[in-house]
Amino acid sequence: MTTEDLVVRAEGLRKRFGKTQALDGVDLSMRRGTVLGVLGPNGAGKTTAVRVLATLLRPDSGSAFVAGVDVLRNPREVRRRVGLTGQYASVDEDLTGVQNLVLIGRLLDLSGRDARRRAGELLEWFDLTEAAQRPAKTYSGGMRRRLDLAASLVGRPEVIFLDEPTTGLDPAKREDMWGVVRTQVTSGASVLLTTQYLEEADALADEIVVVDHGRVIAHDTPDGLKRRVGGQTLRVRPSDPSRLPDVLRLLDAVAARGTSASLDEAAGSRPGAASVPVTGDEALGGLIPALRADRIEVTELALHLPSLDEVFHSLTGRRKADDLPDGTRAGDLPGPAKAEEMV
Amino acid sequence: MSTMTLTPVTRPAGGGVTALGRHSLALAQRSLIKTTRTPEALIDVTIQPVIFLLLFTYLFGGAIADGNRHAYLQFLLPGMLAQSVAMGGMALGQNLNADIEKGVFDRFRSLPISRAAPLVGAVLADVVRYLTVCVVMLGFGTIVMGFRVETGVVPTLAAVALSIAFGLCFCWISVWVGMLARSSGAVQGIMFLLVLPLSFGSDVYVRTDTLPEVVQSFVAVNPITPLVATIRGLLTGGPVAGPLTTTLIWMAGLLAVFVPLALRAYARRA
Ligand SMILES: Nc1ncnc2c1ncn2[C@@H]1O[C@H](COP(=O)(O)OP(=O)(O)OP(=O)(O)O)[C@@H](O)[C@H]1O
Ligand SMILES: [Mg+2]
Repeated sequence: MTTEDLVVRAEGLRKRFGKTQALDGVDLSMRRGTVLGVLGPNGAGKTTAVRVLATLLRPDSGSAFVAGVDVLRNPREVRRRVGLTGQYASVDEDLTGVQNLVLIGRLLDLSGRDARRRAGELLEWFDLTEAAQRPAKTYSGGMRRRLDLAASLVGRPEVIFLDEPTTGLDPAKREDMWGVVRTQVTSGASVLLTTQYLEEADALADEIVVVDHGRVIAHDTPDGLKRRVGGQTLRVRPSDPSRLPDVLRLLDAVAARGTSASLDEAAGSRPGAASVPVTGDEALGGLIPALRADRIEVTELALHLPSLDEVFHSLTGRRKADDLPDGTRAGDLPGPAKAEEMV
Repeated sequence: MSTMTLTPVTRPAGGGVTALGRHSLALAQRSLIKTTRTPEALIDVTIQPVIFLLLFTYLFGGAIADGNRHAYLQFLLPGMLAQSVAMGGMALGQNLNADIEKGVFDRFRSLPISRAAPLVGAVLADVVRYLTVCVVMLGFGTIVMGFRVETGVVPTLAAVALSIAFGLCFCWISVWVGMLARSSGAVQGIMFLLVLPLSFGSDVYVRTDTLPEVVQSFVAVNPITPLVATIRGLLTGGPVAGPLTTTLIWMAGLLAVFVPLALRAYARRA
């Protein structure tokens, strides 16, 4: 791979805010025409990194090239080539949806007609046509988010930065957004997106970078990352708790090499279920007939992706929850409901 | 979606000043749309100056001008016009500060436009507010209160044009403060502290020779003073050339100092 193929190339980015070292030597690389997912807990430095790459923030040291252009030397040229949707909505609340997008078109030097046409096209694409003539302050959170995303695509950028693009979207809209990202990539753009959801990175990203405390602690493909974390977990909850020993036996039969089934006893999990690490969903194929043959009825049978929590546990050798004050954990991490595929 | 292609958007060549002008106008239009959405934001350039005009003419006019209210109105209105235009710029810094807090400017910052465009655009849109102040005060003063222009149409138009131009220069102080202050409320507080002495430490309300000596020397260096004198000359007769020259020098000075300060403060505000 030559550096020509790298549409984002950053080395040793550092940025300090007062006492906080937000970026502590970040190296990033993204290949042209791919999606790079940047994962990390709150305060990891994701937003700071994106703002540096999008020329909104000057790093204290380090270098960055986007689309081959030096972010520090030639920010204006970088801005021509990138589209940014920040973490916090930057739509103008007093302007209507159409006015917001037309303004950006005008600022990108489209003619009035082209700007209006492009605005209409994007509003339709983001399912906002009906609300197009209403001031954005009357929009719901998800609608604002979509308008903000549309705004970053007006200029047909070749590199797109999306900072937590699906936070606050309902599941259907989230999947729509994934479709949007995929379409952009199909038509030749490269997308760097930050997210807190491993599931989302898994669905979209060709490669994933995990950031913590302003440092990159892993850069791998989703599969590679999952392999490190220990793949998926299969959980079974029998209707009759007295059948748990039988369930454990059956689960052991489909366990990934070197692992075995165990009762769910971790703090916070409801007792009465058993889990086992598995290598993939083939395990289900073996388990279901076996359960049936033994006449074990189940109330839950689910394949869990490793949660972000587990990724951090595995990558840093510590429970992320230890760093957080009590009570903050639930809201910060995707619960099992989001990270599992119900069967 | 088949229409989504990566054909680069055609951008006319010719950056620099023409691009800055084009982008600033687009952004000025944005400010105007916001103004039409919230007409109550125009109170400080419509109802408020009228109230001041009424208050001073009828409450204090009798005492100040020995009972000759009409004579006092002829003296007061041109001065209040100048002062209201200066005060009219206060809202600009507040609005810009609020915009930046809301994140709208992050979007502008990520676009390939001049850093100055969002500020210049907002300033240009303020023309409408200064024009409103002039029309409202001259209209209300003439039609309702009996103010009489003693010169003619051309000097009157010149007075309006000069007021607006001065407002456009003076408001860069407000822009600068808007970039520095932590909240839009703070912008208002700071601007008030700045504008109040400028407007009362002038000969808008009373003749300079009635003031204590210390205040007189402040009046002499106050940029509002030559503006008031020029507008008085243009509306009610009197020397114009001298105070006009001083005013123009002040305007150039305000631009030379506060435009760079505002742009630098904007660039630093991450
Ligand atoms: N403008 C700023 N002033 C002071 N501190 C800041 C500023 N911006 C970021 N920080 C700090 O830098 C660190 C990294 O912040 P950043 O916003 O990049 O995290 P993040 O990974 O995007 O987190 P989240 O998932 O919560 O969005 C945090 O500790 C934050 O408090
Ligand atoms: Mg963030």
